[in-house]
Amino acid sequence: MMFAFEALGSISFQSLFLEPLSHEFMRRALLVSALVGGVCGLLSCYMTLKGWALMGDAVSHAVMPGVVVAYALGLPFSIGAFVFGVGSVALIGFVKQKSRIKEDTVIGLVFTGFFALGLVLVSKVKSNIDLMHILFGSPLGISVGDLHQTIIISGIVVATLVFFRRDLLLYCFDPTHARSIGINTGVLHYLLLSVLSLAAVAGLQTVGIILVVAMLITPGATAYLLTDRFDRMTLLAVISSSLSSVFGVYISFWSDIETGGSIVLVQTVLFLFAFLFAPRYGILKLQRFDV
Amino acid sequence: MNQFSMTSHQEVLTGIEADQICVDYNGTVALYDASLKLSSGTICGLVGMNGAGKSTFFKALMGFVRPSRGTIRINGVSVGRAQREQAVAYVPQSEGVDCSFPVSVWDVVMMGRYGAMNLLRIPRESDRKAVLHSLERVDLVDLRHRPIGTLSGGQRKRAFLARAIAQRASVLLLDEPFTGVDVRTEKLMADLFSQFRREGRTILVSTHDLSHVRNFCDLVVLINKTVLAYGKTSEVFTAENLTMTFGGLPPNLLKGPIASD
Ligand SMILES: Nc1ncnc2c1ncn2[C@@H]1O[C@H](COP(=O)(O)OP(=O)(O)O)[C@@H](O)[C@H]1O
Ligand SMILES: [Mg+2]
Repeated sequence: MMFAFEALGSISFQSLFLEPLSHEFMRRALLVSALVGGVCGLLSCYMTLKGWALMGDAVSHAVMPGVVVAYALGLPFSIGAFVFGVGSVALIGFVKQKSRIKEDTVIGLVFTGFFALGLVLVSKVKSNIDLMHILFGSPLGISVGDLHQTIIISGIVVATLVFFRRDLLLYCFDPTHARSIGINTGVLHYLLLSVLSLAAVAGLQTVGIILVVAMLITPGATAYLLTDRFDRMTLLAVISSSLSSVFGVYISFWSDIETGGSIVLVQTVLFLFAFLFAPRYGILKLQRFDV
Repeated sequence: MNQFSMTSHQEVLTGIEADQICVDYNGTVALYDASLKLSSGTICGLVGMNGAGKSTFFKALMGFVRPSRGTIRINGVSVGRAQREQAVAYVPQSEGVDCSFPVSVWDVVMMGRYGAMNLLRIPRESDRKAVLHSLERVDLVDLRHRPIGTLSGGQRKRAFLARAIAQRASVLLLDEPFTGVDVRTEKLMADLFSQFRREGRTILVSTHDLSHVRNFCDLVVLINKTVLAYGKTSEVFTAENLTMTFGGLPPNLLKGPIASD
């Protein structure tokens, strides 16, 4: 990378990567983006394997009214988001069970309802929330308080995912077997959903509510094309997600473009590379594998 | 109803005891008054038509569907406790798993050991030995590093059987393990089940192939929404009972010699 830029002559590694670090807001933005990228990348492995992309989308939108209410009440926004995130999923489960409507319809119905409620609340509740910041994220303008909250949330999410990593993998792969060996899958289900709500709040900081779902599925999907081993998949997802977040922030800084969009675009480009060039599962199959 | 009386008056400490189980799906009865008593060291065949309630019976025994009536004890304790104690292993009719999952055969079989591990599920030497031994028993050692999705249907069945073996459970519930496997695997499984019996385990296995029942089942349960006949294979496996089980259509296999040990 460095050489490529140096070849351009006028632009140096120094000016591209180090100079932005002299700004406090850039250091903060890079830290929070790398952290959130890594956390969401880790979770995205479970989301893609469990087939929870739509659920991720639902939860990330449903946290919106929670954020608004929490701000209005002066609570940490993560608490409100958590309550509404888990609440929306409980509601989805309830409506699905009690009616004949199909699950994807129920999910779409509930999350748009919650999201609309959030929009209405933002316009009515007196607070200093910037709607654009919630919808599109603003890592370049993150406050110290939000930074601390994000670090705590990330810690909880990572600790949970690492501690229960085998159980969650088993739960995603074969819940029937998990139950038959006496594991409480109900607990795992809600654990994963809670972690999803928290990660959505963290992701909201960098890319905003609308694009959070990309953070929760794209890195997992990219990694899934590159390996057949779960441990490697998580590693690849975390690395690709953190790197794209950092690059996204830099690109946004250099060229003054919207940060959330820039982060997700880098992720999407990485996915496209994997889609085309992945050794075994890429459509171009550059390397031959004989199994 | 034909009752097998050898164990009915003695306390069963190891094995399966199901007493008058009724299961319905949203009001549609799938199973009623189904009772069963199996002690250790027996292989029991569960035979019935499609839709007779075989899978439902297994699910009830595992607590996956809640019986509206009746009690189930495994090794003398509740199903939930038996599961937590790794006393019971279940291989469903179809695993219903996503086989493009990034796990190897080894990983899958290791999942059979999770219940016996600590909370972090870090395998000990004994767990690795158990997995290797289970893979040996189903003849899959050479394929242990392969992603589960690259196995053939029959190999996959063996992998899930190995996972059940790795649990070292004393009660094994196998729902149609022979469906869709080749003759060699069939033979391997039949031999395995006989070994399990010698090891003193209790095995309940559903099958469509009546010759299997004749060859290695000590007991047989004929069901069609309820237990039609139950007892020693030699006594229960009669043309008359089978005709009743299969709704008046005697299966072709009935022409073969009936039960002989
Ligand atoms: N989840 C379910 N919901 C509703 N009905 C079911 C369900 N599972 C099974 N059944 C019904 O219960 C009966 C028994 O099914 P099953 O136990 O799968 O039979 P078998 O395994 O002997 O073929 C069938 O009539 C089937 O349609
Ligand atoms: Mg069945």
